[in-house]
Amino acid sequence: MSAHASHAPNRSGLWDWLTTVDHKKIGILYLIAGGIFFLAGGLEAILIRLQLIYPELSIVGARTFNELITMHGTTMIFLAAMPVIFALMNAVVPLQIGARDVAFPFVNALGFWLFFFGGVLLNTSWFLGGAPDAGWTSYATLSLNQYSHSGVDFYVLGLQIAGLGTLIGGINFLVTIINMRAPGMTFMRMPIFTWASFITSGLILFAFPAITVGLVLLMFDRLFGGNFFNPDAGGNVIIWEHLFWIFGHPEVYILILPTFGIISEVVATFSKKRLFGYSSMVFATALIGFLGFMVWAHHMFTTGLGAVANTLFGLATMLIAVPTGIKIFNWLLTMWGGQIRFTTANLFAVGFIPTFTIGGMTGIMLAIPPADYQYHDTYFVVAHFHYVIVGGMVFGLFSGLYYWWPKMFGKMMNETIGKWNFWLFFIGFHLTFFPQHFLGLMGMPRRVYTYLAGQGLETGNFISSIGVIGMTLGTILFIVNAFVAAKGPKAAADPWDGRTLEWAIPSPPPEYNFAQTPLVRGLDALWVEKMAGNKGMTPAEPLGSIHMPSPSILPFLMSVGLFVAGYGFMYHVYPVVILGIGFTFGCMVARSLKDDPGYHIEPEEIEGKGVKA
Amino acid sequence: MATHHAHAVLPDEPEKATLEGKNKILGFWLFLGGETVLFGSLFATFIALRDQANGGPTSQQLFDMPLVAAATLILLTSSMASVMAVLALHKKNLKQLQAWMTVTVILGLAFLALEIYEFVHYTSMGHTISASAFGSAFYTLVGFHGGHVAFGICWILSLQLQTVKKGLTVVTAPKFYVACLYWHFIDVVWVFIFTVVYLMGMIGGKVG
Repeated sequence: MSAHASHAPNRSGLWDWLTTVDHKKIGILYLIAGGIFFLAGGLEAILIRLQLIYPELSIVGARTFNELITMHGTTMIFLAAMPVIFALMNAVVPLQIGARDVAFPFVNALGFWLFFFGGVLLNTSWFLGGAPDAGWTSYATLSLNQYSHSGVDFYVLGLQIAGLGTLIGGINFLVTIINMRAPGMTFMRMPIFTWASFITSGLILFAFPAITVGLVLLMFDRLFGGNFFNPDAGGNVIIWEHLFWIFGHPEVYILILPTFGIISEVVATFSKKRLFGYSSMVFATALIGFLGFMVWAHHMFTTGLGAVANTLFGLATMLIAVPTGIKIFNWLLTMWGGQIRFTTANLFAVGFIPTFTIGGMTGIMLAIPPADYQYHDTYFVVAHFHYVIVGGMVFGLFSGLYYWWPKMFGKMMNETIGKWNFWLFFIGFHLTFFPQHFLGLMGMPRRVYTYLAGQGLETGNFISSIGVIGMTLGTILFIVNAFVAAKGPKAAADPWDGRTLEWAIPSPPPEYNFAQTPLVRGLDALWVEKMAGNKGMTPAEPLGSIHMPSPSILPFLMSVGLFVAGYGFMYHVYPVVILGIGFTFGCMVARSLKDDPGYHIEPEEIEGKGVKA
Repeated sequence: MATHHAHAVLPDEPEKATLEGKNKILGFWLFLGGETVLFGSLFATFIALRDQANGGPTSQQLFDMPLVAAATLILLTSSMASVMAVLALHKKNLKQLQAWMTVTVILGLAFLALEIYEFVHYTSMGHTISASAFGSAFYTLVGFHGGHVAFGICWILSLQLQTVKKGLTVVTAPKFYVACLYWHFIDVVWVFIFTVVYLMGMIGGKVG
């Protein structure tokens, strides 16, 4: 197209962030938005534990408690965990494969804004008649009009919009990793975090449409008089459970696989060793992804699917322990004989391994159907999934954030504050959730707003609530550290003596990432060059003009359109629905009609020559 | 010289000539993978609920073979027209491409008209989305497909219009190619709807 549109558009302040299609900035947007939702979800958790600190309290009351548990779960999974994963995927994956950008920069921005406005829509429920209160799983018939408040409408539409954003984000990363790798970056030379992101994106692609359908059915039942889940008119409530968990179980692996990738990178870098068993790691990741689709009914053992179904789903679930065990041993053997540095990133990674293993062990216990009849709907389950999601994923995300913070922001985080952050969070976490195993075994049901005195539940609940203080302080220290880092020392290109391509370019990377696309000559591409005595990567192309995509406000506007239409649906104001969706379609047409010529960055504008180590 | 009119000389398989084009086609195949799960979930829901007529008209009483057969024939033919359009694209013949896309759109509109007639007819017989679980499942599955057809028609029309001005380039070629992939996909979904909803609904008694 017209080669004359060669100068970078003027960029400043808010407008730049609203229109950016740069994966590094979108990564930061995901981190900030996900971080804010994480704080909201954390606040909800504090209130839950406050309500349960002593028996028979009524600090928040039963209805608010239901809203709090629903919003805590929904927010943490969809609006905090997934976006922070997308933040790291955006910040790191294109750099690790030696790409200048993702395959669809525009779609990438659209994915972010859809997630953001979906999340905002969901959270406005607090001010518009009450939050959803049917649990994060929103089982029918509890979630139907007769039994729950209007908050569930916000759940349905908010998650629908946010889920759309996640789905297109997943497609974007799949295509990026398949088509945009630098010369020499074969699949079996890809860093393990990129592998994990690749498989996670595949899971997103095949899991999210199931919840899309589930939410559509629930929306029809709630808003348009449908009868999918209404037994009086021939409906069947089990359909929701199946659709939710056909999505919901792969979702668990969508959360944990990238974390496995982070841990693998961090442990290898800070052991100064190549990752032990790289190919078995890839194999194990793929196998977990595959098996993740085969086990959804273990969430439904007590539904009454019958002994055969329960047995098969129980066995399939236990099978997942095999590839997961491979990973645990690979991490241990990577550290074995390594020169281990206990930076904050590595502390979180090392803390992750035993904590996640405990969560895995209780997972095996839950996979035994007859035993599950005892654990079902008790605090044992709550303890289990917090061990894998907080002790697993959140530890991993902290590890990844400390590890890649210098690359994302060009600043070093303070290690002393970091270590306080780790120890407070680590001890607080175990204090909160370890006693919950026993509370569950003693029969304390989850999702109930209080408990009676004199049943032996007081001590466990008290310790559990006290532990929250540690996690809260740890999280506050992380935020403090972010501000300290902003004024702290500038990060070098390669502060950790890294092994992979992202450490071959300046921190933060220039907008074109690589002045010259690098030539990859082996696994741990940068380490290969370091060992060969080279100063940096060998370029695969001469220095030349770099084509960049133009920024666009359309992704933001398209998401606003759906956001507005969401309210139209909920309040049955159809002109607003037509206006909102019509506006979104109008933006799509505008995008299609107007070709994006992009702009070029000329060689003289590129700082430095070649790719430095 | 070819260098002089770089845009006039279109490479072979212009839809795959640029990285953007290749990305678009791969991304779209993946999207269709997600769509498969979407329709799979809707089919599963329909199969679970298709006998729950709640005292209203059953599928055996409702469905009318000639109408559905006509709709099927029309949609399959439109899919063939879109194949001809891709062949024209590979011959770099914009005129033929536009002609075959127009045939596709007209047949798509005819299909939609039949579907709307069918829905209105059923509604008058008491088969509505809120009458029974069968009604909810039927209108959601078949309606989702119909919505896809309507979206496809608007999409192809907008491509046809912009190509009048832009001509066939390495930018517009992948758009047509991807739209045709989409059209095939909704055609394949219809084959399953024809089988699972209509054929099984007409001959079948209760299953299980």
